[in-house]
Amino acid sequence: MSKSNFTRRGVMKTGAVTSAGLMLPTYLRAENHTGFTNAPQGDTVKFGFNVPQTGPYADEGLDELRAQELAVEHLNGIGDGGMLNTFSSKVLDGTGVLGKKVEFVTGDTQTKSDVARASAQSMIQKDGCIMITGGSSSGVAIAVQGLCQEAGVIFMAGLTHSNDTTGKDRKRNGFRHFFNAYMSAAALTPVLEKVYGTDRRAYHLTADYTWGWSQQESMAASTEAIGWETVQNVLTPVGAGDFSSYIAPVLNSGADILVLNHYGGDMVNSLTQAIQFGLKDKQVNGKNFEIIVPLYSELMAAGAGSNIQGVYGSMNWNWQLQDAGTAAFTKSFGEKYGFPPSGAAHSCYVQTLLYADAVTRAGSFNPCAVVEALEDFDFDGMGNGPTSYRGADHQCFKDVLVMKGTEAPTSAYDTLEIVEVTPRAQVEYDSEHPMFAGGDLGACNPGA
Amino acid sequence: MLGLNSRDFKLFAIVCIMALVAPILLNPFPTDSALGQSFNAGYPALMQRFVIFGILAIGFNILFGLTGYLSFGHAAFLGMGSYAAVWMFKLLSYNVLPAIVLSVIVAGIFAVVIGYVSLRRSGIYFSILTLAFAQMSYQLAYSVFTPITNGETGLQVYNADPQILMSPGDPTSPHLFGITMNGQTQVDMGGWSFVFQNGYYLAALFLIASFYLSIRIFRSPMGLMLRAIKSNQTRMSYVGLNTKPYMLAAFVISGMYAGLAGGLLAAMDPLTGAERMFWTASGEIVVMAILGGVGTLIGPVLGAGLIKYLENIVSKINDGILHSWFSFLPDWLDNLLVTVIHPFIGKGWHLTLGLLFMAVVIFLPGGLVQGGQKIMGLFGRNKKSDAKDGAKTPAE
Amino acid sequence: MDAIILQILNGLDKGSAYALIALGLTLIFGTLGVVNFAHGALFMVGAFVAVTVQKLFSLSYIEIDETRTDFLGNPLKVEMPYIDHWFGSATGAWMQDWSVPLSILVVVPFMFLVGFVLERGLIKHFYKRPHADQILVTFGLAIVIGEIIKALYGANPIQTPPPSAFLGTVDVGVMLGFEPNAIAYPTWRMVYFAFSAVIIACVFAFLQFTTFGMVVRAGMADRETVGMLGIDIDKRFTFMFGLAAAVAGMAGVMYAPILSPHYNIGMDFLVLSFVVVVVGGMGSLPGAVLAGFMLGILQSFASMNEVKALIPGIDQIIIYLVAIIILLTRPRGLMGRKGVMEE
Repeated sequence: MSKSNFTRRGVMKTGAVTSAGLMLPTYLRAENHTGFTNAPQGDTVKFGFNVPQTGPYADEGLDELRAQELAVEHLNGIGDGGMLNTFSSKVLDGTGVLGKKVEFVTGDTQTKSDVARASAQSMIQKDGCIMITGGSSSGVAIAVQGLCQEAGVIFMAGLTHSNDTTGKDRKRNGFRHFFNAYMSAAALTPVLEKVYGTDRRAYHLTADYTWGWSQQESMAASTEAIGWETVQNVLTPVGAGDFSSYIAPVLNSGADILVLNHYGGDMVNSLTQAIQFGLKDKQVNGKNFEIIVPLYSELMAAGAGSNIQGVYGSMNWNWQLQDAGTAAFTKSFGEKYGFPPSGAAHSCYVQTLLYADAVTRAGSFNPCAVVEALEDFDFDGMGNGPTSYRGADHQCFKDVLVMKGTEAPTSAYDTLEIVEVTPRAQVEYDSEHPMFAGGDLGACNPGA
Repeated sequence: MLGLNSRDFKLFAIVCIMALVAPILLNPFPTDSALGQSFNAGYPALMQRFVIFGILAIGFNILFGLTGYLSFGHAAFLGMGSYAAVWMFKLLSYNVLPAIVLSVIVAGIFAVVIGYVSLRRSGIYFSILTLAFAQMSYQLAYSVFTPITNGETGLQVYNADPQILMSPGDPTSPHLFGITMNGQTQVDMGGWSFVFQNGYYLAALFLIASFYLSIRIFRSPMGLMLRAIKSNQTRMSYVGLNTKPYMLAAFVISGMYAGLAGGLLAAMDPLTGAERMFWTASGEIVVMAILGGVGTLIGPVLGAGLIKYLENIVSKINDGILHSWFSFLPDWLDNLLVTVIHPFIGKGWHLTLGLLFMAVVIFLPGGLVQGGQKIMGLFGRNKKSDAKDGAKTPAE
Repeated sequence: MDAIILQILNGLDKGSAYALIALGLTLIFGTLGVVNFAHGALFMVGAFVAVTVQKLFSLSYIEIDETRTDFLGNPLKVEMPYIDHWFGSATGAWMQDWSVPLSILVVVPFMFLVGFVLERGLIKHFYKRPHADQILVTFGLAIVIGEIIKALYGANPIQTPPPSAFLGTVDVGVMLGFEPNAIAYPTWRMVYFAFSAVIIACVFAFLQFTTFGMVVRAGMADRETVGMLGIDIDKRFTFMFGLAAAVAGMAGVMYAPILSPHYNIGMDFLVLSFVVVVVGGMGSLPGAVLAGFMLGILQSFASMNEVKALIPGIDQIIIYLVAIIILLTRPRGLMGRKGVMEE
């Protein structure tokens, strides 16, 4: 560069600062005195809400953020308390966590692993967060979970549905409340058997990445177990936009069911286009052609509009459930924001409360103590019925909802209806099930 | 000194000092103050990104700044470097040295192949060729090559990996012969607290070395040759000179810089994913260079720093933080200001980014470096002659 | 055989989308010499014109229905569309149903205006600047436009269905003598293809057969000489920018039922349309159209299970692979002119 303008005074100033920095008397190893990373100092404790605020899942991320802010209000005793009133554990009393007021910082994951980790690192290194929660994809969840394990803070996963999060990539410091691909398939299949019978031929379109594969593998395995035949599994590029060349061959393949293992915008496009190709109006093998979307979310349902009418799928939670916990949460969320919460929002809200509760029961913010308090913890009143966090893989086990696109919606939020609440026993599996094997929780890491 | 003329040496010295005292310079506000919590950038993860993306931009500038060839697929080399480094962690041990060496070599090999093919065309045809190679790498890494890249989940080290050179007492995170990258020293001084991290300093040393090498290349006969090619390639070939080897050399060096950056990213944080190779990542590198000032030595580093700063700092500001800044104001003014600023922060940080791009190109055609020159021209008393001089030689 | 015909139809459909966007992009290249990274954003704005018209038609006032309740247990607010109120429910329903085609009437003047403002207000100042500067400023513009759309409409895709008359499929197979249902193709996609073909033909006819078009073509070939002849080429170039924006906007409107619009849709198309333009050859309109259809059809074939079984993942890279092969065998793409964007 031609212009450097490097003055002697500037050098001396910089030099002075440097030498002052080197001669400092107070020379400490980071957080040596507390025994774990980011031990809360003073009368506050900080949570990190790491959600997608830009990119395709921005709306979902913002809904998570709303729920997290609501959770913080409830923990600090503002508002009506929401699920704190229905939660089976009663140690949280609206005075913060262990007497410390809860504060939070927010970050943007952009649904990219690198960016999500950068954002989480900033929360840990700069803001001193003791716990990170949120997120809207499995790639990001696994990346951030790994980071939290290394850094010695707790990660309470948001929306992540891939088997790997609590399978191959499970970590001692990470916990998942959301259900997974295996549970979706296990919950959905009995209902599908009931409505579509056992003699069906399924054609799978699968998003070509790890979540898509694990969803397809789970669906194929469980539907084949009831006698269905898997005609073909076609991998489609993520973000393809136009799926016509994948949908066109379906009708002449001899299949009478189309399973769309897509999520988000891909699902909205592939479903819309499949309907435009007339699949739902056709008859194959003497049966009505049907479409299945294994994983639903409210935003996808809104994006797909009338196309989802009569299409089956599964969800972790829905605001239309009738239990007291759901009612309490939906009421406080709806009153604050004017519309019902999404499933992703519910998961993030519950995760935040569960963390706070575990800290309180453990009597310490130390991640190892929190892990101990959460492992094999049984609770109720959080909207999913009796639930437990399995210690062997940190996966939450609870009932799963089988949903169907509402045939005659009465309002903008009435897009999905609950067909069946599949009991927890039906979706349970061994922690070393082949689809989940190869993982190792490792030891809990309290950090510094 | 060091084979540099006095002006270059001054610039080099500034970069050295800035890189070494960054943990202090980037924390201008007390840690617990409202401004400090929002605007301080002196924490290890962000400082690492500043210097690593600085290296990447310096390398890109050797190609684009000197030859004018706009590669739109440079992120591919970054991604390949990262994959190579993580594989070294998985196979050998967490020592970063072999990882970084291999990442440079791998990126270099791919750069030879891609460069050889792409450099047969010029202008936008060259750009699209590099873009096509990078997009193919991304698509394949995301899906078909999952056994090598671990697909969307991202490649990471598992406890079950061989790590054949790992002995029982070794650190379980990246280290340089026992010095762990995430090891750090925290110094508290009044309201300030400064963190000096080993990993950051390793990356900073690489930045200094890269910067030095880049000055030497700019001032070397080869640099001169490349600039001659930029001004008129046809003339060079009429003179009877084969320009191809020079171009390829520039491309490969530039690719190796990207590989080094990729290797360092993995060394700081042993995980990598395909999205590092996506076209937007390549576009970001181009934007860094143009934003800072193409063809200037320091410009791309500034551009890289600015973009990473915005990405990490502005995206984290939310309404709550805004209210805490303006809490001293009357309520109505507080709310008004928050409403006005709200669209530009947090989820709207992209808007700030886009507006900034436009503003810089419209008002500072020479990038941030030109902005700096203008400011110096305003404040310096006898700097007028210098400013003119600078305007005459923009290609430095 | 029927599978191949289906994929050709898909390819033509994809190709017409690529061709329409690339056509506008190459018009701007050829006439103004500007690398317009905001062209994808113009396509996206077009799609959101369709969304806006649909929203305007369903703009409602609220009536409280005491007999029913909403999710919080309060009385249900029933939305009554204004247009039902003004035009009667039959016309209102028809307008809502036909909101996408009706948007064409809005999008043409609107996009001309947008194009005019952009060219006069911003692009004009970048004619003499390096391409890198053009890229950065238009890229910044694309981000800003995208963010504004996101602030107004959110990030979730928005369903914009075609008129109900165009729902369902046309059985192309029966016309060609195949079994019923062998080649059933969505009606709207056929409409889209026909529409694109007409637009492309109109643009070519306009450039070929009008004096205005002749001057523009002359300006593309040699701007200075035309200027010396005393013709105000700048005005015509402004018009061309507006035209390119209008073509992108119309493509966006008509594509909205196929691809639910979201704020990032422009970026998704941006890279692809650049590849199409470059493969076609810089500054060549027929090249852009030809490359659009060629890449569309090749991509459709690469997506066939039989092909994918042979080479896994080929459908994901085919466009880039073909681009590389063509650029290496034909230095300036299919029909590029010498010296355009080569330095």
